[in-house]
Amino acid sequence: MDGQNITKVVLLACGSFNPITNMHLRMFELARDYLEDTGQYRVVKGIISPVGDAYKKKGLIEACHRLEMARLSTENSDWITVDSWESLQPEWVETCKVIRHHYDEMLAAEQNNDDVDTVKYAKKRRIEENYFDGSSYHKRRDGPQLMLLCGADVLESFGVPKLWKQEDIAEIVGRYGLVCISRSGNDPHKFIHQSDMLWKYRKSIHVVQEWVTNEISATHVRRSLRRGRSIRYLLPDNVVDYIREHGLYSDESERKNADVVLAPLERYTGASSS
Amino acid sequence: MATRRVPLVLLACGSFNPITNQHMRLFELARDHMHSTGQYQVVGGIVSPVSDGYGKQGLVLAKHRIAMAKLALQSSNWVTVDEWESQQPDWTETVVTMRYHYGRILEEYEQSTGMHDDFSGTTTPLSGPCPQLKLLCGADFLDTFKIPGLWRDDHVEEVAGRFGLVCVSRGGLQPERAVHESDTLSRQRQNIFLVREWVRNETSATEVRRALRRDRSVKYLIPDSVIEYIHQHNLYTEDSERRNKGTVLRPLAKQAQPVKSLDD
Repeated sequence: MDGQNITKVVLLACGSFNPITNMHLRMFELARDYLEDTGQYRVVKGIISPVGDAYKKKGLIEACHRLEMARLSTENSDWITVDSWESLQPEWVETCKVIRHHYDEMLAAEQNNDDVDTVKYAKKRRIEENYFDGSSYHKRRDGPQLMLLCGADVLESFGVPKLWKQEDIAEIVGRYGLVCISRSGNDPHKFIHQSDMLWKYRKSIHVVQEWVTNEISATHVRRSLRRGRSIRYLLPDNVVDYIREHGLYSDESERKNADVVLAPLERYTGASSS
Repeated sequence: MATRRVPLVLLACGSFNPITNQHMRLFELARDHMHSTGQYQVVGGIVSPVSDGYGKQGLVLAKHRIAMAKLALQSSNWVTVDEWESQQPDWTETVVTMRYHYGRILEEYEQSTGMHDDFSGTTTPLSGPCPQLKLLCGADFLDTFKIPGLWRDDHVEEVAGRFGLVCVSRGGLQPERAVHESDTLSRQRQNIFLVREWVRNETSATEVRRALRRDRSVKYLIPDSVIEYIHQHNLYTEDSERRNKGTVLRPLAKQAQPVKSLDD
């Protein structure tokens, strides 16, 4: 068998997913194609981790709905899963800690052949087959890697004061790695060049150029819903149905957390202000 | 109800090679827009794939394009696929396709109003506003009007004037410019509805075919059922992309006329 030097990768996407859109799902597909095309990686699993309600973002609806929509949207994927751990934490959890949690889970799964996860059996089995097939099982030294999947906007948010702890950025990029989907208009390479820290870890940052502009955003979806416009084909049909059934996203829901400070900003400024 | 809205059917002509989520988005955006004018009630949408006689490079057989469009629209309760155009032995001018569909729509309308007359006993021929048919298109479509030899002037006049256009733009002022640069379109300006799509989405069938040839994922760009169909029939390959290569597009051949001076 070839593939001795192929590293298995789990992709983790953190965010509001308020609601999940086809664009979020496309990012996973683009990232997998890109990584596998390098010949160095095999992507065995994708994890969607919606942020908890304590994040306090404006217009953020309850995690139970965001989780359910993400679950519905991944029903037809044989490798993308949804994980509720982050959203169930009472406080907002730094992305770095979320990554650590999933990294530990991943290693445990490697060792126990027992994926502690919420995935349905068929999907779980397929993913386990991905983990444990053939010769690579013996090659501990090339253990699986967990990478954070994000849009270029997240990479650029690393430069926003008080939003990220510098040591967290170093850990995320240096220890784990980043796959960044670049939409036209963003220039992640320039951004990496302009940050000494990102430059240092540039080899762990995989920039995936998306040639087809696709600006579907959750913000746009919510706006369309508030204005009674169609959102069909921007997200999977079953999510559209779920939103209608539960009457999600209204003027009222958009006012949620309107005057509240975002949890990370609150946390990182709290120490100095008290 | 205060005012009777004009019943409107939207017709989209094109290759649909293959149909994408973006094609279906155009219908949704157009319907929302036409409703927001307060004058129209969109009562249906028709996807009319072009026939194989069109001669476009990479065009797979109409039976496949029809099947994929049907699969994609299975879950829509207002947009349907019509095979008439695709079954014509030769390429059909868009205006001819529009006449055919409008004829059908009028017939249905007259039948329904006829029944109404019998019932009420009045001789008024119209029980409500007469339905209309408009051509739904993307912004780049307007640009095809200025390609020499592709459209006959009287056809542009009829499509825009008699029927009307609903054009969804993908950002930029492209459609406004296209209207401005054409005397015919400018004359029919009141019958051309420009829908601004604020979210740019450039998913095109060309991109989808390219991704498929390169064995890249197209999931979430086209419906899962269409992806399955494509794989089952091994539709888009380097071979299929070479189909009709070097062939003159049928409208250019069919309407060939002495080349007019390009600059006035």
